[in-house]
Amino acid sequence: MLITRVKKKDAILSLCKGKTLLIACFGCKEVHFEEKEYQALKEDLKTSNLNISGEIQLDYLCNDDYTNKRFELHKKEIDEAETIIIFSCGVGVQTFAGLIPGKTVLSGCDTYVLPGFSGFTPSSHDCEQCGECMLGFTVGICPVTACSKGLLNGQCGGAKKGKCEVSKNKDCGWERIYNRMTVLKKDDLTLKKMIRVRNYNK
Amino acid sequence: MHFTELTKMGKFVITSELGPPKGFHIEKALHEAELVWPHVHAINVTDNQSSVMRLSGLAMCKVLKDKNIEPVFQVTCRDRNRLALQSDILSAALFGIDNLLLLTGDHTTLGDHKDAKPVFDLDSVSLAYMVKHLEEGKDLAGNALDGEPPKFCKGAVVSPCAEPLEPQLFKMEKKIKAGIQFFQTQAVYEADKFEKFMKRVKEFGVPVYVGIVVLKSVGMARFMNENVAGINVPDNIIEELKKDKEKTKSGQTGIEISARLIKELKPLCQGVHLMPLGWDDKVPEILKLSGIIAEKG
Repeated sequence: MLITRVKKKDAILSLCKGKTLLIACFGCKEVHFEEKEYQALKEDLKTSNLNISGEIQLDYLCNDDYTNKRFELHKKEIDEAETIIIFSCGVGVQTFAGLIPGKTVLSGCDTYVLPGFSGFTPSSHDCEQCGECMLGFTVGICPVTACSKGLLNGQCGGAKKGKCEVSKNKDCGWERIYNRMTVLKKDDLTLKKMIRVRNYNK
Repeated sequence: MHFTELTKMGKFVITSELGPPKGFHIEKALHEAELVWPHVHAINVTDNQSSVMRLSGLAMCKVLKDKNIEPVFQVTCRDRNRLALQSDILSAALFGIDNLLLLTGDHTTLGDHKDAKPVFDLDSVSLAYMVKHLEEGKDLAGNALDGEPPKFCKGAVVSPCAEPLEPQLFKMEKKIKAGIQFFQTQAVYEADKFEKFMKRVKEFGVPVYVGIVVLKSVGMARFMNENVAGINVPDNIIEELKKDKEKTKSGQTGIEISARLIKELKPLCQGVHLMPLGWDDKVPEILKLSGIIAEKG
């Protein structure tokens, strides 16, 4: 089972630009979602002058096909927004970000692991439940799982022709992040300025 | 002697590289180091290079230091967590080892213990950040160190001919922010690409020591082109290696190519880092032919 915790207001606000759409996954029995805290944060964000253009509530955001269908239903709202904050587990954020390559997608939650039953994630994306979700900084691609070494501070010197040194069948996670940053033309220097050290005590 | 001081004094920094033995008999490695030492400012000691288990770099550095040979202690994040890394770096300070080269390290699956656990608790950036903490008298958890803090000259690596180059530059900036003071590079065979790279990084104001890997054969060049990140040996160099098989086998072609590259690249950067991969005995001739001398003191 996974637990998601809603991030603090300040961790989200600084990354939002323009019209911001909130998408919350009230999804599955495998993930505990902090509904009350989410509602409180939403009110808090509204009073902090964040330009919230709308809110969509979904479930099973981690399922590519299902989310793709829902995506068509809400296309207009999604197209109009400059920033999209996803309140879900890390898999949900990555699935959604993967469907809209040209949009800034932030994670609204940190995902933690709860020992015991492990939820099923019918998805090509992976979440290690590190409890310090940085998908909002890394354009919706997770460096913990997409990089073979789980590097948090950028590409190592081992990638050749876009492939990881571990396998020619695996794309370099950080090159994917970098390519998407280029597509998004992100002038955001936050990722360049930060030095991340993972907290394994989470 | 800290590298950055040599650069400040306007000297062209020359370093070579030494791999510790697979075993604890160091006579051969020591002999190689002694052969090279009169011609260089320092010798890098690799850390389980290519994820192949060997004698510890720290022990090899200590042996060199005892022989008055200046070592550069290479530290990777593959085999140790943050506690062990800090421990070893403090031990280096105890042994008077001044220069560090901080790297992420190759993945375990590339080496001879493919089933080992890859650690990567830290990476090259957070490792540099950690050493900076130690130099400020604190460990990574913020606890105070006893006594005078250690002081190092901290280096890192960069791949000037990588494609795309942007992610490398992105990381290079992060490394500088984390306290890195010099860069040794991946092997360079393309002067035009290196020139473009140097133009881009000039604004960082950090010395760059260009990497030279001595080419031993056509097979080696082709292998690197196919498998080693950031390296491209151009066709004309491969042709040159092909032309005279005996000359290539004897090492003479590799020596000539390396010397020519050094001559060509020297005006662009602040030093050269030779990676002879066992051909340490060729280093003096390469340097002689390229016309550079390690000015010491």
